[in-house]
Order: sequence, then C-alpha cells, then structure tokens
Amino acid sequence: MASGIKDKVAILGMGCTKFGEHWDRDADSLAVEAYREALTDAGIEPSMIEAAWFGVGQDQVSVGASAVPMAIALRLANIPVTKVENYCASGTEALRGAIYAVASGAIDIALAIGAEKLKDTGYGGLPARTRGTTWDMMGASGSAPGNFAQLAAAYAVKHGVGKADLKRAMAHVSVKSHDNATRNPKAHLRKAINIEKVLNAPMIAEPLGLFDCCGVSDGAACAIVTTPDIARGLGKSDLVTVKALSLAVSNGWELQGAGWDGSYFHTTRIAASRAYKEADISDPRTQVGLMEVHDCFSVTELVTMEDLHISDEGKGWRDVLDGRFDADGRNPCQIDGGLKCFGHPIGASGLRMLYENYLQLLGRAGERQVADPPEFALTHNLGGMPNQNVAAISLVGLLGA
Amino acid sequence: MSITGITGYGVFIPILRLNRAAIAAAHAWHAPGLKRLAKGVRAIANWDEDAVTLAVEAARGCVAHAPETMILASTSLPFVDRQNSGIVKEALALADDILTIDITGSQRAGTSALLTALRAGPALCIAAEKHRPQPGSESDLTTADAAAAIATGNDNVIAELVASHSVSVDFVDHFRAADAEFSYGWEARWIRDEGYGKIMPATIKTLLEEANVEPSAIDHFAFGSPNHGVATTVAKILGIATDALDETLTRDVGDAGAAQPLLLLANSLETATPGQLILVAGFGQGCDAMLFRTTEEILKYQSTHRVADAVQRAEVTSDYLRYLALAQLINVDRGMRAEHTFKTPLTALYRNRKAVMGLIGGRCTKTGTVQFPKSDLSVNQNDPSFQTQEDYRFADIPAKIVTHTADRLAYTPSPPYYYGTIDFEGGGRMVAEFTDCEQDNLEVGADVKMMFRVKKRDEDRKFTQYFWKAVPAVRD
Repeated sequence: MASGIKDKVAILGMGCTKFGEHWDRDADSLAVEAYREALTDAGIEPSMIEAAWFGVGQDQVSVGASAVPMAIALRLANIPVTKVENYCASGTEALRGAIYAVASGAIDIALAIGAEKLKDTGYGGLPARTRGTTWDMMGASGSAPGNFAQLAAAYAVKHGVGKADLKRAMAHVSVKSHDNATRNPKAHLRKAINIEKVLNAPMIAEPLGLFDCCGVSDGAACAIVTTPDIARGLGKSDLVTVKALSLAVSNGWELQGAGWDGSYFHTTRIAASRAYKEADISDPRTQVGLMEVHDCFSVTELVTMEDLHISDEGKGWRDVLDGRFDADGRNPCQIDGGLKCFGHPIGASGLRMLYENYLQLLGRAGERQVADPPEFALTHNLGGMPNQNVAAISLVGLLGA
Repeated sequence: MSITGITGYGVFIPILRLNRAAIAAAHAWHAPGLKRLAKGVRAIANWDEDAVTLAVEAARGCVAHAPETMILASTSLPFVDRQNSGIVKEALALADDILTIDITGSQRAGTSALLTALRAGPALCIAAEKHRPQPGSESDLTTADAAAAIATGNDNVIAELVASHSVSVDFVDHFRAADAEFSYGWEARWIRDEGYGKIMPATIKTLLEEANVEPSAIDHFAFGSPNHGVATTVAKILGIATDALDETLTRDVGDAGAAQPLLLLANSLETATPGQLILVAGFGQGCDAMLFRTTEEILKYQSTHRVADAVQRAEVTSDYLRYLALAQLINVDRGMRAEHTFKTPLTALYRNRKAVMGLIGGRCTKTGTVQFPKSDLSVNQNDPSFQTQEDYRFADIPAKIVTHTADRLAYTPSPPYYYGTIDFEGGGRMVAEFTDCEQDNLEVGADVKMMFRVKKRDEDRKFTQYFWKAVPAVRD
C-alpha cells in the first residue's frame, strides 16, 4: 500500500544563480553556476550523482530538444538524464523526477536542474510560439498576460468586487513583492514601488498593467536530493525533507465542460488538498508558515491564496489588502520577491521557490530571514493558463520538527 | 405548373463605415477634386473579413431550401485556385452532394450568377466584394465591401422571374489584370455616354419588349453605379420612373461592385408589396437584365439578414490611416511578434474541417453532453465515453461571455486582441476571439453570436486560415 512521499527524501544541497537579463551568458553557463553551488552545498563529488532531471519551458529559444544539451553542459557521467517540460511547472517537474527516483529506493542521489535563457528573442515578453496544430487553428493565440487577465473579470463579477478594489488588491500584491526583493541580492528587480505607480502603469492585458505582470528573466536553479539516512551519513544535521509533492493536471473540464466560471484554478485546489493530506496538515492556515506561489501575474497570486485553502473563497482580495501575506503578515508569501521580482526563468522557477524555503528553514536567508522557521513551507508552481494547466505543489519542512 | 424565382435573400455589410471626408482630406494635397465625392460614408471590411466571410454571413439565413447549386460571385476572391464557394459551403455546413461554382471576371458577375442560379433548380447565389481601391482614386471614395445572397427555386417563390436578357460586349470601362494590384479606368464621361448610356438601354429595351412590359410599369429598378448620376440617366433614357431607384445605399454604404445589383435587389424585395415589378441590371462588359414580379408570398417572408438592419449596424470611423494599414495598402512596422508565422497543415485542416470551418462539435448520444470540438473521449467527467458523439453545430447557437480580456501584448493585426471563454445556450463552451467590438462591449454574462472570419493570414505562403469568432450582440 503506497504511503506518499513524506520524509522519504531530503534536500542535500541547492544552488541558484542571480536571475536577470544575462546578455553575456548562455543557458549552459547559468546551469553550470547553479550546479556548482549545489555541489558545494551538498558536499559531494559529481560522480555521486546517479540520475538527473532537467526542466526547461522554452527549449526552442535556448538549448533545443532532449536532455543531451544539459548532460553535456554539466559533463554528467553518462548517467540517466531526463528532459521534462510542463509549461511553467517544469522546475517542480524536474524536482519530482529526482525525488521519486530516490524515494523508490532505486538510486541514492539525484539531481534536479532548471535552466532558462529567454532573452535571445529580440523582444520583451515570452516568445510567440505554436500551441499545437489543432489549438493554432481553433484557439486564441494570446499572450500569458491575456490568458491570466481573464481571472480578474470573472473573479470581480463572481464575488461582487468593484473593479477599482480588485485593481488595488492586485497592486498590493506587487508592491509587497517588490519590497521583499529589496532584501534579495539574487533578485532581478530590486526597486521598491508604490500603489500609484502600479495603478497608473500602461495596460498590458485588461486589467493587468505593467506592474501586475512578471517579466522575463534568464537564470538557473538546482537541487540535489537523497534519503535522510544518506544525508546524515554525509554529515548533515538539520535536514530539510519533502513532506508532500502533489500535481494536478487539467483534463479539459475547464476548457470544454460545464461549470468552471473562470475565477479560480480547479487544479490548484485539488493539488493543495492532496498535498496537505500527504503532509498530514490539518490546518494549513496556521501550519504553512511560508509560501512561494506562482505569481506570474498579481491576480494569479491573489486567487491562489483561496485555491490553496488559505483565504476563504471570495475573501482573498481583502486578506491581501489587510497585509496578511506581507513579510510581517500571518502568512508571508513571496518573501524572496517571487516570480515578479526574483524573476521567472521558467524551468528554474519551481526550484528557485524551493531554494528560498530551504534557506529559510536552515536559517540562511540573510536579511529576508523570518523570525520563526515555518513548520511547513510551500511552493506552488503553475504551468499553462487558467483553463488548461498543471498545478504542482511541494511542501518541505525540517525533519522531526 | 410551378414558377421559378426568388425564394429568399440575406445581406451582410461589415460594421465599419469610413468617413469619406477623412479620405478626401488625406488626399487634398494632390487630388482636391475628390472633395465632390466626400459626402457620407462607405462600408469597409474589418481586417478579419474578406469576400468569403462576407458571403457566408449574408447566406446564413438562406439555406433552409437545401440548395443543389451554390454560386459565389466576386471580383475580389482570396483564392484564384482553391474553390472559394467550397469554403462557403463548409461554413454553411451544406451537404457534400452539391455543385459549387465561383464566378468572377467582371462587375456583372453577380447578376450572371443569379441568372445561372435561376436556371439551376433549388440554388443559392451569393455576390460579395472586399475591394482594394488604390488610395486617392475615386474608387477609394465610392466602393463598399458587402455581400448579398439570393435563394432561388420553385417553392414559396416571393418574386417570380418574368424574363431575362443578357448582352456581352467587350466595353472596357476599366480592367484589372490577374497579377495587378489595382484597377485602371477610363474617362467617366465616355463610360456614361457610350457604355451605360447605350448598352444598358438596348439590353433592357429588348427584355421589356420580350416581357411585354412598359418601362413606366417598373416599380423597383435595382441598379446602381459608382459613377454619379448614371443610374438616373439610364432610367430617364428608358422611361423608367426615377423614384423606382433607391440611391440611399450608394450614398450610405457605397458601391459594392459585383454585389451591388443583388444588394439593391434585396433592398427592393424588403419594401416591395405583391404584384410589383422589379428590374435588376448588372453592367460590366455587357449587361444582364432580369425582370421579377413579386407574389403574395412576399408578405409572409421575413429575411433573417435584412438590408435595413445591415445598414443600421454601423460604426463610423475617420481613421483612414488605420484602414490603409489593415488593408495592407501601407506597410507599417508591426513588431517582431508579427514575424511568427503559422503554416496550416492541410492534412490537419482537412480532417478537422467540420470543426474548423463549420463550428461543428459533438453531442454524446449516451449522456447528452455537448462539447466543442468533438473528441474520442467525451468531456463528461462522470462518463468519458468512447466515440459516442454525433455532429452538433454551434454556429447558429447564441452564447454568453464567461471571461474576457483585451490583450495588448500578443500580436494581432488590429490591437488589442480580444478573447475569452464563452458558454453556448444548451451547453458547450469554447475559447473564442471577439471581433467587431470595443472593450466596453465585453462583460461577463454578455450575449454573443458567432460569425465566420479570417483567423490568420500566412503571409509567406498567402494562405488564409478561417475560423469562427464571437461578436457581442449589442454590436449585431
């Protein structure tokens, strides 16, 4: 009888580059930097890595297909290397491969790396690309801002929130993240902003303005995982272990079925419930002390607070305005700046989220360090768009806490 | 003995109206004479409309009689070799067992098509134009983009064909070669005097003598010309009462080329009473003339696509530069995102043609679940049955907006790019692009209806990809 992932896998080491517009770096170079930091943190030799998973969201503008480019860049020793892609949830997908490999007992030490080079397109925003033969003929070829902006229209009507109120709540999300990033030397965007600046910004996709949207960054992040026993054998004492790793993928109900009203993520709600069950969490509102969620857009973060069962449905916007998710709030969110400010090199993001949680649990988060280490720290990594997506949630915490 | 004639009609005029004064003002520096034509507005197609899409919209209410022949007439069809009437047939979801014909080549194409349809059993004749007049030409002020559909046959005839006559004469008033961008025309006075003034009266005189009808008995003269005053001159030469002409369409909408005679015919049918005589004439390297007499059936007939509604559905713009850019008459910098091309896999288009062209989805015969598009496994959460769906057409079903946005980042020829999710009455939903709208028209819960449009143009291979889009009902 299967028993989930709780406490079967420990994070041995992690690495993460600064995210930004690295005009002078290729994807390979960024990956190698994150990898070397993770190796040093783990205190292991490269030869000890037995399998690797590589996540990248847009290989067509960087490394190309397959895992081979990464196996070459990292000079891995002809071990199994798997390329994974699940839109913006690719980072967590890479982590998942590595974690399950170790949990299965088939191997001892595995590597998960996410690397993304988005700034070779010649223009701002994500690259225009095909969504598949059939979708290109019958769907909308919208941008990410346009796809996610639709949440706002639906949310406002469903919960009777005035457009101006919702816009202010969305703005607060971004202002809070910018403030957090001033304390993060690895973040792409580090300047504080205020509500007025957000409200008056140029419109990108109604009602999302410039500061409601995360930008596009280059960067890489890496995790090395093993069993708690092996980690202790290698000299680690404080162990960050995986408490849950849960994915839920859309099956077309939102897109073609009846009943989804466009104001929330059906998959996030399911993945969250599964994750809390796997981690044995009965009251996420008090037990999940830190959250890194997929704030590709301010409105996404806002509804995600409800989808993670932290805010009551329809009340997320009020909780935001009350400062509940600010650095000094009850449930700090995006303490490292999030996708909005740390950046969103797609394949790396899920691992970057884990990186901050890992640092915080070990008391290594510098200026950003929260006073009391959380019982559980959550990552929420979403790929796709509201009506068709992958919701990937991880929960980590100290072993035995 | 059954009579042959018109059994129905429908027209479609694109929503935009370009202010003629704005056009003339832009060209005043080199063509001050255009000012004399600068009153009123002319209908211009949106970037996502062409002669094929206009034809589909005009014909949507005219297919109940199951035509065995369908003719599409135009001098501005998107393809010279890929049957355009075939595209219309798919969009109208007509049966495969049908004869579809494209008729082109002159301004007379519409009337010639109608004559042919009348001789062909239950038929559908559509004339449509999306003009591309040379900027600063007189055509730039007079042309209209529009379509008119006429259903013909023997059942429930609303206007009987009394007589017809055609004359073919190579009178080259203007011409456009197959590979030329614009038309080239001769002096308007010569065209009026030697062309309209001689060929038309001769043709119509022969027709009326054959029909034994006096010119003064004509109640409606469905004829118009971009040349000012010509219609009145021809009527006077023939002795047809000038109030049998209705010049309001030419003034308020423009001259729709090959579609104009059929548009004017529809206009006449809309206001005619039983027993009235309608004379339809087309001019272009000759003349086609047809005489119809309305029947009692016309009192019972109500078109779903009336002329009056189409004329009223108007949004006036003075943005001449935007029109030029969308018509690709000027080459504006559209940014790098516009470089991304989509090459239509013809294999995929063909096997999905019912969904893509006909907006046909599926209805599960087991659970009744309706979805777009069809899929091997039904979307029904509780019973994803395998291959249990029958065809279910969404094109004529009203829908409501579930979500919406105005995207200023993704490339679209005419920003912003409006899209969202819509729910159809009776079930089924899809992601839809919204068109012919302003941001204020988009609200959760707002009514929309589907129209056939250009989805994208592959500019490298010159292929037009079509699909359906949602238009807010307030803009219909």
